[in-house]
Amino acid sequence: MTGDAPLSRPPMGTLAFWCWAAAFTGVVYLAGRWVTNDYVFFAGYIVLQYVLLATAWNILGGYAGYVNFGTAAFFAIGAYISTALNKWLGLPLPVLILAGAAVCGLIGLLMGGLTLKLQGVFFSIATLALAIVTQALITNWEYVGGAAGAYVIRPSRGPLGGSYVEYLFYTMLLLATLAVCIARTVERSAAGYGLAAIRDDEAAAEAAGVPTMKLKVATTVLSGALMGAAGAPLPFFVTYLDPPSAFNLAVAVNTIAMPLVGGTATWIGPVIGAVLLSIVQEAAMVTISSAVNLLLVGLIMIGFITLAPNGIMGLLRGRRR
Amino acid sequence: MAALLDVQGLGKRFGGFTALADIDLQVAAGERLGLIGPNGSGKSTFVNCISGTLRHDSGRVTLGGQLLDALPPHQRTRLGLARSFQLPRPFGSLTVAENLRVPLLYAGATKLSDAECRERGMALLGQVGLADKAAQRPRELTQIEQRKLELARAMAAGPRLLIADESMAGLSNAEVDEIVDLLLRLNGQGVTIIMIEHIMRAVMAFSQRLVCFVAGRKVADGLPEEVVRNPEVERAYLGE
Ligand SMILES: Nc1ncnc2c1ncn2[C@@H]1O[C@H](COP(=O)(O)OP(=O)(O)OP(=O)(O)O)[C@@H](O)[C@H]1O
Ligand SMILES: [Mg+2]
Repeated sequence: MTGDAPLSRPPMGTLAFWCWAAAFTGVVYLAGRWVTNDYVFFAGYIVLQYVLLATAWNILGGYAGYVNFGTAAFFAIGAYISTALNKWLGLPLPVLILAGAAVCGLIGLLMGGLTLKLQGVFFSIATLALAIVTQALITNWEYVGGAAGAYVIRPSRGPLGGSYVEYLFYTMLLLATLAVCIARTVERSAAGYGLAAIRDDEAAAEAAGVPTMKLKVATTVLSGALMGAAGAPLPFFVTYLDPPSAFNLAVAVNTIAMPLVGGTATWIGPVIGAVLLSIVQEAAMVTISSAVNLLLVGLIMIGFITLAPNGIMGLLRGRRR
Repeated sequence: MAALLDVQGLGKRFGGFTALADIDLQVAAGERLGLIGPNGSGKSTFVNCISGTLRHDSGRVTLGGQLLDALPPHQRTRLGLARSFQLPRPFGSLTVAENLRVPLLYAGATKLSDAECRERGMALLGQVGLADKAAQRPRELTQIEQRKLELARAMAAGPRLLIADESMAGLSNAEVDEIVDLLLRLNGQGVTIIMIEHIMRAVMAFSQRLVCFVAGRKVADGLPEEVVRNPEVERAYLGE
């Protein structure tokens, strides 16, 4: 969909890409079994969580041009659904993730149905409102600790052997890879062309036969579900979940900054942005302090918006021309 | 013969301004209709109303007997009503070929394969003389080329009724002839066409029937030679 396809060699087929992604996951998994230092898994989890969030955001924000400021809401709902179900029934993590994704997909459906008739900036404002409303609701949900938060017991061992953090890392690896594969598949399917048409000119897209409303709602459901899945393992990762950590400003800002820095037109942009920005932040946290993180992200984002509005991928493509 | 497009009592207001008042228009299947009128007489508003880009305030529109009034634009396109926009509205981030791919993927009755899409897209681009621009972005095209792309994109929807809104503005004489020929050929394949145009040479060469709007009203409807001699039409044009 990047347009240079007719000139360059044919792009990799969807099936081939899924196979490569599976192979990549397998290799990381095998390599991970040699790692004994849990810090690697902690740091890796954060990077992968951002790959997942940035990719999920970009399916709607990058492909369709609908900017969602409500990432934190979906992410936090995923985390709290998982906390609640864990407390109530003690379900295994994969089931909690599916539940978080399902609930967030449903919320995406409701929000999409209600707000996607609004175009552009009004949609964005509505998503911001959603974040505020959910935070208020969850802060008053006593079963999961309300404003005080709740402790979640993290098992010491994961079901695959190794520490539970290692298990969380592999889980996030799988989710992130899956999300990237889904994003790339969407991008190259009819839906990808329909979303690009919506982003460029919605009335012209309708005139060309694109069912814009249906496509936007479906995309919001998919994007929301992936964000919910990203939040579901969080309680076990942090072991103490309260509204400020679930509705973290850093999550909301990073999820938008990462695709912008990497480039929003294709699947690879959010991946590059997420890896780069989370490494920069991790490095800053270790070497300077955790307080400069968001400042750094803000500065990088401003830099890209003014100097390279199409992100790193835009810069690379520009050079090739 | 039953009309393909049947418009009855169509009315559209913008605030207090009446852009269209009580328009009746029937277009038969296979017909070539010219629609003329001075600037601001409501021609594009008419197109926007029947294609669903704007909601009309009164009246009813049917295509092939099916009521369109409550349908969103994309469903009207799928029923076979395609239009070009007067000011080209290309998909800026897609290439010229990909611009056609969107209606090819979405508007057709049958699902096309990748190869079929590419083939049909290239054939259409060839017909409007843009074959060598397939890989370029719309912004790299001239105004005139963008008009051709706009027309090709409407054709890619595979319409029963095609409405070309000033597709020829700014084109050279030779290019006008080319587009007229193209539309005639398309009509020969069975596509009903409404041509909105200020270039009278093209309208007269193309149309079997001519309709004239003045200030949101239909003032003439008949054989082209008669309509251009209609006093109300003459007055509207001379008064400009
Ligand atoms: N969205 C709108 N809001 C308000 N007024 C509008 C709108 N669209 C069109 N108009 C007005 O309606 C009238 C008819 O406009 P329209 O574009 O249909 O004319 P036209 O016959 O296509 O003219 P032209 O030959 O210049 O293309 C004009 O006075 C125009 O200013
Ligand atoms: Mg007009």
